[in-house]
Amino acid sequence: MKAAAFEYHAPRSVNAATELLARHVEENARILAGGQSLVPAMALRLAAPAHLIDINGVAGLSDLMLDDEGHLTVRACVRHAAFQQQVEQGLLGNLLSKVVRHIAHYPIRTRGTMCGSLANADPASEWCLVAVTLEAELFATSSRGSRSIRARDWFRGLMTTALRPDELLLEVRFDALPSDTVFGFQEFSRRAGDFALAMALVTLRVQGGVIAEPRVGIGAVEPSPRRIARAEEMLRGAKPSRELYEEAANAAAESVDPLTDARYDAAYRRGLTRTMTFRALNEACPA
Amino acid sequence: MTMIGQSVQRLEDEPLLTGRGKFVANLSFPDELHMRVVRSPYAHATLLNVDLQPALALPGVVAAWTFTDVAQIPPIEFRPTKVQGLEPYRQTILANGQLRYVGEPVAVVFAETSYVAEDAADLVGIDATQLPAVLDAPTSCIEPAVLRKEYGDLDQAFAAADQTLTLDLAIGRHSGVPLECRGALAREDRASGILELYGAAKRPHANRDVIARMLGRDAASIQLFEGHIGGGFGVRGELYPEDLLVCLAAIRLGRPIKWIEDRRENLVACNQSREQSHHVTAAFDNDGRILGLQDEFFHDQGAYVRTHGARVPDMTAAMLPSVYRIPAYRAVAHFRLTNKTPAATYRAPGRFESTFVIERVLDAIARRLQLDRGEVRRRNLIASSEMPFSRPIQVLETDLVLDSGDYAGLLRKAQDAFGWEALQSELAKRRAEGETVGMGLALFLEKSGLGPTDLASTTLLETGDVELVTGAASLGQGVETVLAQICADAIGTDYRKIRVVHGMTSRIRKGFGSHASRTTVMTGGAAHKAALNLKARILGVVEGRYDLPVEVLDIRDGRVVRTDVGGELVVTLADLARDNSGNSLEAEGEFVCDRMTYPYGAHLAVVAVDRETGGVEVRRYLVAYDIGRAINPMLVTGQITGGVAQGIGGALYEEFLYDEYGQPLSGTFADYMMPTAKEVPQVEVLITEDAPSPLNPLGVKGAGEAGINAVGAAIASAIDDALGEQAFVTRLPVTPIEIKRALECKPGM
Amino acid sequence: MNPAALLITVDLTVNGERYTVDVEPRCTLADALREKCRLTGTNLGCEHGVCGTCTVLVDGEPVRSCLLFAVQMSGKSIRTVEGLAKDGRLHELQRAFTEHHALQCGYCTPGFLMLAVSYLEKNRNIDEHEIRDLVASNLCRCTGYQNIVQAISAAAARLR
Repeated sequence: MKAAAFEYHAPRSVNAATELLARHVEENARILAGGQSLVPAMALRLAAPAHLIDINGVAGLSDLMLDDEGHLTVRACVRHAAFQQQVEQGLLGNLLSKVVRHIAHYPIRTRGTMCGSLANADPASEWCLVAVTLEAELFATSSRGSRSIRARDWFRGLMTTALRPDELLLEVRFDALPSDTVFGFQEFSRRAGDFALAMALVTLRVQGGVIAEPRVGIGAVEPSPRRIARAEEMLRGAKPSRELYEEAANAAAESVDPLTDARYDAAYRRGLTRTMTFRALNEACPA
Repeated sequence: MTMIGQSVQRLEDEPLLTGRGKFVANLSFPDELHMRVVRSPYAHATLLNVDLQPALALPGVVAAWTFTDVAQIPPIEFRPTKVQGLEPYRQTILANGQLRYVGEPVAVVFAETSYVAEDAADLVGIDATQLPAVLDAPTSCIEPAVLRKEYGDLDQAFAAADQTLTLDLAIGRHSGVPLECRGALAREDRASGILELYGAAKRPHANRDVIARMLGRDAASIQLFEGHIGGGFGVRGELYPEDLLVCLAAIRLGRPIKWIEDRRENLVACNQSREQSHHVTAAFDNDGRILGLQDEFFHDQGAYVRTHGARVPDMTAAMLPSVYRIPAYRAVAHFRLTNKTPAATYRAPGRFESTFVIERVLDAIARRLQLDRGEVRRRNLIASSEMPFSRPIQVLETDLVLDSGDYAGLLRKAQDAFGWEALQSELAKRRAEGETVGMGLALFLEKSGLGPTDLASTTLLETGDVELVTGAASLGQGVETVLAQICADAIGTDYRKIRVVHGMTSRIRKGFGSHASRTTVMTGGAAHKAALNLKARILGVVEGRYDLPVEVLDIRDGRVVRTDVGGELVVTLADLARDNSGNSLEAEGEFVCDRMTYPYGAHLAVVAVDRETGGVEVRRYLVAYDIGRAINPMLVTGQITGGVAQGIGGALYEEFLYDEYGQPLSGTFADYMMPTAKEVPQVEVLITEDAPSPLNPLGVKGAGEAGINAVGAAIASAIDDALGEQAFVTRLPVTPIEIKRALECKPGM
Repeated sequence: MNPAALLITVDLTVNGERYTVDVEPRCTLADALREKCRLTGTNLGCEHGVCGTCTVLVDGEPVRSCLLFAVQMSGKSIRTVEGLAKDGRLHELQRAFTEHHALQCGYCTPGFLMLAVSYLEKNRNIDEHEIRDLVASNLCRCTGYQNIVQAISAAAARLR
């Protein structure tokens, strides 16, 4: 399981990286950040890039920045492990630190990157679900210029994103969460650290005894993660209760069009969707 | 102080802890070439053409072969057997005209580096016409053999029975999957004409002899060397096509040849196991006593008969009655071929399967009659007063005579240690409060000490150490330590002064390797004899030299002492060796035993089921095992705990799945799921020594397979208890989707 | 000549010693350690980042060396199992492993040792639950993990 041969580049600046991407775009050039998804694919020869552009040495890409409005910007080489401690003192930092524990195992988290996961777009990626549910904004850059893409427009299908072959995902930006936000994150996998078979991320606020700003995101069940509008509609303005959560969970289960394979059929995945949604709701706001 | 029964630290550990392990991938010879196998991408196809040219054109590639280059090598043998009809189904070392499983070796390339070899192999073109794949043993029409075992009057039993029940049971395909992939390194010394093969395992002498026959040279011209082995579990150390190809290439190309398998290859090419489907009927009375048992099963052998012939279904059929009387019995085993990776033995081969079947039958009887599961077993157990108990069938072509055992006693001890009665009430209470928890029980019979013979030789070295040369093989289980303990105990010295040699065909003329939990019994028996013989020789020499009668001499702590004068020193072993005028003090021992010995035990488990996700958590696990006599309890516990972990894999997680075209779906460690530390609970181990074996002087029985044998059965039993009347596990592995189906009252669990 | 096949000279610092090696870009850190530095203590279990057998430390963090390329490692401080024992004295972890029979075939052992070393150097107070979580990162096929957890626990107590 040795990778196919490639030319290796280690640019020191973002411009140098995007120039390399532009130059080699026809020859299947790939960005190497954490490598925890790309390198196994190369070992299996499912991926055989002729050029590997290692951005680990590019200045400034390990930065995590917080601005005055509470926006958190995570640049391309920030590792999963960075989130094990709260990176900001509010709910967002708390949420990220709770979710990160579910990502693979400790030695993977020391290398893998959040932006790498977003660019890879594995259906079972926790960060992809977080980005979509929290409506993050992604910033791509190339030798032709830079642009921002909303998370909801980023995921285009199984392992497919809006990122163009000559673009580098430079950073992702999250808004701060209001201090009265509550959240729940639930996932089901066969073994510790495995890819999840279903994930649910729920955030909401309770104002005047009723639910406001509900977000219900489902991941791992479909090719891309997404918010489930039907479930959110049911929750908005309603009083938290087990019956409500069951209804919302059912709505989520009915809304999804699950991935299927030899081991797990659609009915099973729908069942998991229901269960994870219910549990995430109950975790966020126990009823 | 006796060395027997002491949990001493292992002799093997230091090189393994400090990164100096001699796993075959760590060995290199100058000028070596790397071999890479080109494997069939099809499960079933007619091979039209193999294009080696693109591979040969790559710089660094030295040679490439297809079947025509190796046509004169006969197909790989299987062990001698009375079973007829298997020969036509042996595997040639490269595919001859037909491709029969994904992963089958079709061609082979030799290159300067392993990277180039892989590049080259990817360039080889395979042109073939695909054929439909046969993937189901019950419907396959290729049946090399049918095995039958029966005794008693089954018709009478069914006529006299109060009730009958029938179960359809299946075990999914899975296997040992050691962490070290296979590998081999061969070189021929042109000067001496000796072909050396490194990376040997399991049964070096036997493999040497087969290789010699297949290559048409004499066994003396081939030497096998075992270094460190990263786990065997039955699958490593059998002869595979790659082993022969490596040897042949070393001879023909005149350079050392190194082959190291990668994980993706390992999961499609290394022996698979376990896949059987059973249709079993029991006739029993209203007290739950089985009067007759009838089982017909299909064994999915995969594409070829491999080195074990039909041994696995033989063991299933022979061991199915287990520890129970079963007055009348018939088993019919259909040995069938399919277009999957060939199968062979995996730890407790045939028995993980047979224990699942018989224990499911007992649980079903218990449920039907509303009896306690322990009680229904008690009513069927062979009593210790009936030992030795002869079952009128053969297992591995030896008479099946249970040598010793107190099964009821062990069951009682196991239940007491587990707190069976109290736990039953506690779990019922928790279930009433909404938890889905349950406990399970399974008894099992093991076999060990496969003979008929073994040989060891001892030599007293000038340092006072003793070299013990055996034909055993180390798979990581602590063979050196156990044999050292036995030898040291018999001689009267410290186990650290015993240097154990194993796995080297050049050092001892006869060897039988390590498999079937034979080493402690057979090699231990031989080592014990050799050591006693050496002690006698030593004392004989001392008697002559110091003019002291042998009756007043003993060896303690490596010193020859006088027992009549309070342990006064006569001479140390080191001094004796040095002063022996160049005559080395040595002795051999041969242990003969043509019957196997039969350890036994019980597994008890508590599981918790998540009704919504179908996830199963093993909360508690206990193994009670009568080992006859434990040489090193710490090592026995280690073997059992490791076996339980693998058993949990087979019960809940591991399966080699194939799609409808025969394409493997469990091709990486992401899909073939083995338990991590979170899936295996703390295993409680109760070792008893109530029934030493009368078949060897130490009374020992083996331990390697006790931990895995009954896990499928015990976990199935616990899941049933957790889910209640609506569920009855009939298939392993029990996956979440199966749990959900059972809960939703869908048939087919 | 294919530029991808050109060798790159890399300076690796392993266990405090400098190794200058010539590698293809695609040569993994694991293979470079084993084949070029002749440090064969780090074993390969799967080469796709799941089993953790190949775990080494890079700048103090445990990583899967089959998922890194040697060319990425200039200027990094790499530690492997060969560097644990000092002057013939076993590291506390190594001693604990043998005392608690935490290895059988030993193939996964270097990976577990390096995983545990990095964790224990940073976290002295670690409970059994945390240890089991850590141990769940790597696969072992022989021991059933129990003794590995106990060994790490014992070593943690001694190192405190």
